Amino acid sequence: MSWWETVRTAYDAIRTRRMRSALTVLGILIGIAAVMLTVGLGQGAQQQVASQIDKLGSNLLVVTPGSTTSFAGLRGGRGSATTLTTGDAAMLADPAIAPDIAAVAPASTSQQSLVANGTNWTTSVVGTTPAWVSVRARSIDQGRFFTATEVTNASPVAVIGATTASQLFGSRSPVGSTVGVGGVQFTIIGLLNTEGSTIGGDQDDQLVIPSTTFANDFGNGSGASVSTIYVEGKSADTLSAAYQETSNALLSTHGVSANSADFTVSSQASLVQTATSTAHILTVLLGGIAAISLLVGGIGVMNIMLVSVTERIREIGLRKALGATPSVILRQFLVEASMLGLVGGVLGLALGFVGALTLPSILGQPVSMSMLAAGLALVVSLVIGVVAGVYPASRAARLAPIDALRSE
Amino acid sequence: MTNGPHGIPPAWVSADEAGPHTPTDTTTDDSAGADDTAILDLVDVGKTYRSGSLEVEALRGVTLRVERGDYLAVMGPSGSGKSTLMHILGCLDVPTTGTYRLAGHDVGAMDEARLAHVRNKEIGFVFQQFNLLPTLSAWRNVELPLVYAGVPAPERKARALEALGRVGLADRVEHRPNELSGGQQQRVSVARALVTAPSLILADEPTGNLDSTSTADVLALLRELHDQGRTIVLITHEHDVAEQAARVARIFDGQLTEGDHEPTLASPGVGSR
Ligand SMILES: Nc1ncnc2c1ncn2[C@@H]1O[C@H](COP(=O)(O)OP(=O)(O)O)[C@@H](O)[C@H]1O
Ligand SMILES: [Mg+2]
Repeated sequence: MSWWETVRTAYDAIRTRRMRSALTVLGILIGIAAVMLTVGLGQGAQQQVASQIDKLGSNLLVVTPGSTTSFAGLRGGRGSATTLTTGDAAMLADPAIAPDIAAVAPASTSQQSLVANGTNWTTSVVGTTPAWVSVRARSIDQGRFFTATEVTNASPVAVIGATTASQLFGSRSPVGSTVGVGGVQFTIIGLLNTEGSTIGGDQDDQLVIPSTTFANDFGNGSGASVSTIYVEGKSADTLSAAYQETSNALLSTHGVSANSADFTVSSQASLVQTATSTAHILTVLLGGIAAISLLVGGIGVMNIMLVSVTERIREIGLRKALGATPSVILRQFLVEASMLGLVGGVLGLALGFVGALTLPSILGQPVSMSMLAAGLALVVSLVIGVVAGVYPASRAARLAPIDALRSE
Repeated sequence: MTNGPHGIPPAWVSADEAGPHTPTDTTTDDSAGADDTAILDLVDVGKTYRSGSLEVEALRGVTLRVERGDYLAVMGPSGSGKSTLMHILGCLDVPTTGTYRLAGHDVGAMDEARLAHVRNKEIGFVFQQFNLLPTLSAWRNVELPLVYAGVPAPERKARALEALGRVGLADRVEHRPNELSGGQQQRVSVARALVTAPSLILADEPTGNLDSTSTADVLALLRELHDQGRTIVLITHEHDVAEQAARVARIFDGQLTEGDHEPTLASPGVGSR
């Protein structure tokens, strides 16, 4: 019996039991679509996080107060300890101490209420130095960034993010206007380019002012302390050298050993890793639950094939009497089971793609679909069909023709 | 079987036996009967069914020879072992004891695949319950043995249609079994039995579910097949059906009491009761 013949016979058998076959296929369909969508959502989230971190700049090191190296510890330490100072930043900027570092920008952040034009807007005020622009890979759309002299003089000047500007000034150009922050009037001298969100929040909603001015007006008393030091390495290749230099220099100035370090140095890569590993765990969990539904679908196929074998015991007996060998019967039921699986897989794939197109606009989350995942879904559904078919098919193949014919 | 149209004998039937001949020919011709010419040769065959502690001896000590071209009727009451005997003859089941040689080959030594092959090539079955597949049309049912023989599709269809023509159902080829009368269904299954041009046709109470007209049709078909040289074993419990055969063997309580290994039964032993 040729393969084509086997497929046609299996197709006839499936078509004859339309309702039952459709329900069986539905189990696989839902399983495949669920796995594809949950994994697609998880991967979409991972890619989103990774691309947000990418925007930080690839040569960037971030030094934060706090002693743990874990991502959670890093966040907990941010702003809560005050172990980093502007002195640390100045030391790291010295090429004699850290030759692989291109630029250093200390930064402190404070949530403040901004008043301009009779409008209020609460946002984060960042105190930093001119190096911030290059270190954070930003550019200026209008006006200019503040200068080192303005830092030295603690001038009341500010550079504004696009979102903040539109909240306070609408579509009008903010450059040249003044903005009141905690009773101090700042002159807006520049407008930052739009950047979008990164892991650190909306990069377009902030007000950037000289670090000295920040320390005077919003500092917590210890004027030299900063919440973050951004370090830009000279190149991606020498980033690990820059990492070592940063770490060693801070350890020796703070007079602590590596085991009791009071700061954490993170690279973009390590941030990506910790952030995506969280998303990855989520993906695996959700995907696992979806996989269980796929497994249930597979059990459904096995169940229906067992019922089918019992029901068609006379047919099997007759086919054997007419010359079907055990292997031909085995093949027929295996092909039938794998056809159920494959049809479920193809339909599940279609549903998955429809979901991938519609879900992002509903959930606001990207769903990643790849040809690899699609191909894998088809292979998996086929394998499920075959595996679910093995036991029922071998039962059918082993039936003695006479027992099968006699049953009434 | 690669024979083309019906009536061409299978390779193992020698030319002089293949032509149309009467039952009398058969019973007188081969009294010399060398062992290897017998198509069916059972020696002391027993079959015991075991279900739990219960044992049923369905056949005991059955010795039977059937020569090629013979037409044998096996008569016996219900439960006497007729179907069991036919299942063994048809390689659907194997004896518990004794030996069964089909065309000289020991069936006991064959594996499942080999038995399936033998059933496909050499035997055509006609069952009391017809055993047609309800989802297939008449010609699809008839072509089934050819599917398992690996015959290409166009040739299968041609041969199936021709076989249906021979049983007088040329105008019913696309009908499903439930669209056919009992007699027509049985004629479809006769067509299915003859489509591979087997040398042996086994019919287990083929007229058991039919009215008298249909019974006559089916018996006429079997006689025609016999006239073309096929060996036929017909199982029945009806005298007038058994009368069709060249000779009659009786089975009672698993024992074959007439039609012993004497290949030449002097007269067609019909109506002896
Ligand atoms: N599979 C089986 N298991 C147990 N006993 C069986 C089985 N098949 C047949 N028998 C018994 O064997 C005997 C002969 O059965 P069978 O050959 O079908 O008789 P017949 O066809 O002459 O009516 C009966 O007593 C029947 O009950
Ligand atoms: Mg019977």
